[in-house]
Amino acid sequence: MAETATPLWEVFIRARTGLAHRHVGSVHAADATLALQAARDVYTRRGEGLSIWVVPSTAITASDPTDKDMLFEPTASKIYRHPTFYEVPDEVDNM
Amino acid sequence: MYSQALNAPALAVDDSEAGQRFHARIDAEERIEPNDWMPDAYRRTLVRQISQHAHSEIVGMLPEGNWITRAPTLRRKAALLAKVQDEGGHGLYLYAAAETLGVSREELVEQLLTGRAKYSSIFNYPTLSWADIGAIGWLVDGAAIMTQIPLCRCSYGPYARAMIRICKEESFHQRQGFEIMAVLARGADEQRAMAQDALNRWWWPSLMMFGPPDAQSQHSDASMRWKIKRFTNDSLRQRFVDATVPQGHYLDLTFPDPKLRFNETTGHWEFGAIDWDEFRRVLAGDGPCNRERLAARQRAHEDGAWVREAALAYAAKRRDAQPRAAA
Repeated sequence: MAETATPLWEVFIRARTGLAHRHVGSVHAADATLALQAARDVYTRRGEGLSIWVVPSTAITASDPTDKDMLFEPTASKIYRHPTFYEVPDEVDNM
Repeated sequence: MYSQALNAPALAVDDSEAGQRFHARIDAEERIEPNDWMPDAYRRTLVRQISQHAHSEIVGMLPEGNWITRAPTLRRKAALLAKVQDEGGHGLYLYAAAETLGVSREELVEQLLTGRAKYSSIFNYPTLSWADIGAIGWLVDGAAIMTQIPLCRCSYGPYARAMIRICKEESFHQRQGFEIMAVLARGADEQRAMAQDALNRWWWPSLMMFGPPDAQSQHSDASMRWKIKRFTNDSLRQRFVDATVPQGHYLDLTFPDPKLRFNETTGHWEFGAIDWDEFRRVLAGDGPCNRERLAARQRAHEDGAWVREAALAYAAKRRDAQPRAAA
């Protein structure tokens, strides 16, 4: 029963106008049209969305979890990137 | 619908440096994600549990699908159809979660079709009357919800996220089942008898869904250590009995257990001995409907083969016909 593998697609759904598409899961489908239909059936049975993107899973490049520190740790010391780092006199209220 | 506690992983502690880091993350309630390092035994246990859970959803469509064309009203038919569609969707979310651990959909389906993979024993019982659809929603989905809610906090991220979605969608399943039972229980004598008969037949198999008693359950330790599982089989079973018995009494139905009684001291319902021989027999393939269920899945897979082939062939042809500009 050596079947040809059906390609995997990642599914992104925009829940409401004004929101970004968000990853919700994946489906298998032979092509993009079928992937959209499958995503609609599997992920929007209760009015979850207004728009669907499907992207071939193979098209995604992900960062390596072992690089996590190298990639993200440096921001921890850069507290001057946050507004609370700066002093504003009490007399100047809204800024 | 549901995963049964059937897995039997080897024990669980990995002493390597990576293993210790992994356990520290588990202890800190961090979620493990697909690309993170994990012990092989953890990965194997998850693949087995998640795929069994997925298979259970897919096979679980069969006993209920049996009644879609014979539902007594359009309202009932629409609800049952939606429920069975949900089970299909739940199977797909779960297969996708299992695939993140490095196993392909095709392998998983083959394991089910060749009978190598297990699925919840409950689906090997027949649905003989319409009341069985009520009993399944009320009892089987009720039992499933008890075990699934803690799985929303499972240590493996993709499984936990799939379970959150499933639990959200599943809450209507139990209610529609109870409503069916309530209407029958308050109906004509024949309807009452149907409801009672369904409860009599589904009660014990529902209690078996929680898996073997803790004393005989080889796998609990490892799964609890890994925070895949949060509560033992017996504690979830007790919780289910405590929640369900008053609901049955509210319908003036009786439970097929002469030993069932409320213990004022503990505040729990005590129940009689479960027939674990029956459980093992059904799980080993000798339940009332095992062969029929497997045959139905095999037939569906074979009948759909030409569709899968045609879709792939069409996709390949289109790809070759219009070579795209490099993106």
